[in-house]
Amino acid sequence: MTNGKPLLSMKGIQKDFLENRVLEDINLDLAQGEILGLVGENGAGKTTLMNILFGMPVIQQTGGYKGTITLDGEEVHFSNPNDALMAGIGMVHQEFFLIPDFSATENIFLNREVTRYSFLVEIFGERLRTLDRAAMNERVVQLIKELGVDINPDTLVSEMPVSYKQFTEIAREIDRAKIKILVVDEPTAVLTETEAEALLTVLRRLAAKGVGIIFISHRLHEILDICDRIVVLRDGKLIRDVPSRQSDVKSIASWMVGHDVGDFVFQPKQGCGEKESFLSIEHLKVLMPGEAVKDVCLQVRKGEILGIGGLAGQGKLGIANGVMGLFHAEGSVTLGGKSLKLNSPLDAFRAGMAFISEDRRGIGLLLTQSIGLNIAFPLMQVKGGLLKKIAGLFTWEDEKKIREITTKYIERLDIKCTGPDQVVMELSGGNQQKVCVAKVLALSPQILFASEPTRGIDIGAKHLVLSVLKEINEQEGTTIIMTSSELGELRSICDRIAIVSEGKVAGVLPAEAPVEDFGLLMLGE
Amino acid sequence: MKNEDRKPKGRVGEFIANFGWPRIIIAIFLLLLFVIAPFIGIDIGTSLSDMLVRVGMNGILVLAMVPMIQSGCGLNFGLPLGIIAGLVGAVTSMEQNWQGLFGFGMALLLAIPLAVVLGIIYGYFINMAKGDEMMIGTYVGFSIVAFMSMMWLRLPYKNPLLVWGFSGTGLRTTISLNGFWMKVLDNFLAIRIGAHFFFPTGSFIFFALCCVLVWAFFKTKTGIAMSAVGSNPQFARAHGVSVDRMRIISVVISTVLGAVGMVVYEQSYGFIQLYMGPLYMAFPAVAAILLGGATINSATISNVVIGTFLFQGILTMTPSVINGMLKTDMAEVIRILVSNGMILYALTRKGKGMPK
Repeated sequence: MTNGKPLLSMKGIQKDFLENRVLEDINLDLAQGEILGLVGENGAGKTTLMNILFGMPVIQQTGGYKGTITLDGEEVHFSNPNDALMAGIGMVHQEFFLIPDFSATENIFLNREVTRYSFLVEIFGERLRTLDRAAMNERVVQLIKELGVDINPDTLVSEMPVSYKQFTEIAREIDRAKIKILVVDEPTAVLTETEAEALLTVLRRLAAKGVGIIFISHRLHEILDICDRIVVLRDGKLIRDVPSRQSDVKSIASWMVGHDVGDFVFQPKQGCGEKESFLSIEHLKVLMPGEAVKDVCLQVRKGEILGIGGLAGQGKLGIANGVMGLFHAEGSVTLGGKSLKLNSPLDAFRAGMAFISEDRRGIGLLLTQSIGLNIAFPLMQVKGGLLKKIAGLFTWEDEKKIREITTKYIERLDIKCTGPDQVVMELSGGNQQKVCVAKVLALSPQILFASEPTRGIDIGAKHLVLSVLKEINEQEGTTIIMTSSELGELRSICDRIAIVSEGKVAGVLPAEAPVEDFGLLMLGE
Repeated sequence: MKNEDRKPKGRVGEFIANFGWPRIIIAIFLLLLFVIAPFIGIDIGTSLSDMLVRVGMNGILVLAMVPMIQSGCGLNFGLPLGIIAGLVGAVTSMEQNWQGLFGFGMALLLAIPLAVVLGIIYGYFINMAKGDEMMIGTYVGFSIVAFMSMMWLRLPYKNPLLVWGFSGTGLRTTISLNGFWMKVLDNFLAIRIGAHFFFPTGSFIFFALCCVLVWAFFKTKTGIAMSAVGSNPQFARAHGVSVDRMRIISVVISTVLGAVGMVVYEQSYGFIQLYMGPLYMAFPAVAAILLGGATINSATISNVVIGTFLFQGILTMTPSVINGMLKTDMAEVIRILVSNGMILYALTRKGKGMPK
């Protein structure tokens, strides 16, 4: 703390959603130029706490909150985000608050455009000043350079890869002249390691200028790396508030989940499956926006776990999506000697493949339907399972069997829910992901594509998902092709790892290879 | 968290939350009308019978909304397409002088294949404009009615009971079913109590049968795939379901139900109205299912049944009670007000129940 008096102080914050207490007696201080790490499992209350600080309408609509917030020694009570912005609080959201059809510049300067005088002002007032696009573009180029990325200021947000969207949003917040506090909610979740590093540098620079930063992340190494102080939330309560020097990944993780967690290191498997290729991908080209695959050749051995890594936007996600028929693909894919028909999800499933999509909410789940239907759907549609004939005429869903299988997977994957009939939308992110996993397990596939299976889920769910993948690989011999942007995760579970760069496979290395080798491949060297 | 889901207290609260305030208010209003009715000289037995006959008459047309809502095509404003098929089936059956239940059955048999063909074409239109299905439906409905207005004059129907007397060609605007198959379903096993009360058993059995068929369809593999297309087309596609095909199937089923519903409507009404008759017939059906608690992306059979009862109840009772009190004829005005008001209300709640 620089001068004794905190910049921001939250006292006795409490918040209820219906009868559910999501925050209880939270006390938090933030000094000038301090970086505060806020960590907790999904659903621990981090986002809600930040929504309260930022005056998001959702808080008012669900009955407000209790407690006081003091900013610069004055008590404040924001009823909408605009008040918070005026008071100097900026927030980079987990879900992007950008206008898709506006360019980067337009988004960054929205509602605070640089304007020029025009004669119409005399008649109609200040709102008729014209935009000084040149000045704005110049400023944006400078901002982007500061962030250490390469975004064209005229690119429409809708055409950017996710990581660029994130940088645009950050650029918008840091450009506010009188920003005092910046809240960044999981900014690095969608970024690759180098991009994340660039972002952290920018945050450090901002802190040095006296801005107080609240940094929310699941990546504990980053938190330890950048933060001065760490606050751990669990089930709506503040568990720890310690200087980061006095903690390490293991202790933070155990505070978060409330018990000790073992290391994420799995025992390496004896022998690496058969040597000849089982799934062979030749000259694959996939038209997936932001993740285009240009020319991928990849040989997958039976019974192995093959990791696919690489920087964001280089095409690693396109491979699984292309083979499974979700985006238009060209080339040839052979499975066990038989050629696979491309661009047909049904044929891909029938050939014995299954897919955990990286877009959980958009593609992976029927959010408005029950857990039971979500788990049963692929099995029913692809293999005609879980159906029964009635009077020899109708083929009907077999509700009893669906219930059985759902209950089985709820237990096996420890899905926290009220029962098989609960609607998936009501589950937390980690539990939704477990439903996605259950869905493909029910198919007992020969080959499983798992794209970012642990993205945005908490440490407990992460461990469970990875163990289940390992388990089916070992016990049922399922060949797994796992795509992830976290190299550490790939190294902990995979036998071999392919690194994708610029839409091509830059190289395939055994998982034990030194980290630097992977890094070089990622950079295309 | 939606406002309507707030704090259900105990069983009563839960019931209210499930049933929804709008429906409770309208049900209470309907009950009130029945209480007031005797005091201004309106016979309860007659009113009740009127209501039940109208439910039997309109029920299947309301049911025709369900498949398209479930597949994500929204409300079937293109219902006139099915209705036209029903009309063609009916007049063709009458042209042959087929009478009684046989005539009714033949009308259905002739109407259904036509509805399938029209439904497939309508389905292609719907798939061309994803996101604007309801707009497309409205104009498909309007267009077919205008087109058929020409065709009714041109088609080679000869039966003197159907065509204009003076020219001998072209179908009349209103054709009576008297002597053909008027009220064949209504009178089948009908229950009469006293001088005024009448229960159209046959129509109800037929309505119930159609409901069961639609309900059972949504338990089949195709039916479940269709619901999945409605709740998340991306999900369905990723699991090997052909989204376009499912949407066309749903449109075909909706159109066939529209055709069947129309033939049932005609037998109960006793007349066939051609030309501009079907122009606005989608609107009461849309209003009824919305009143029953459906949204534009989810509908159940109970929405159909509850909605038809409430909507037809209001339509029967409000005009007669208000006419009784004001001594003027307000029937049409109130019908338009209630049905369009209901549609407006429902469309403004478009987002409810949808994921973000």
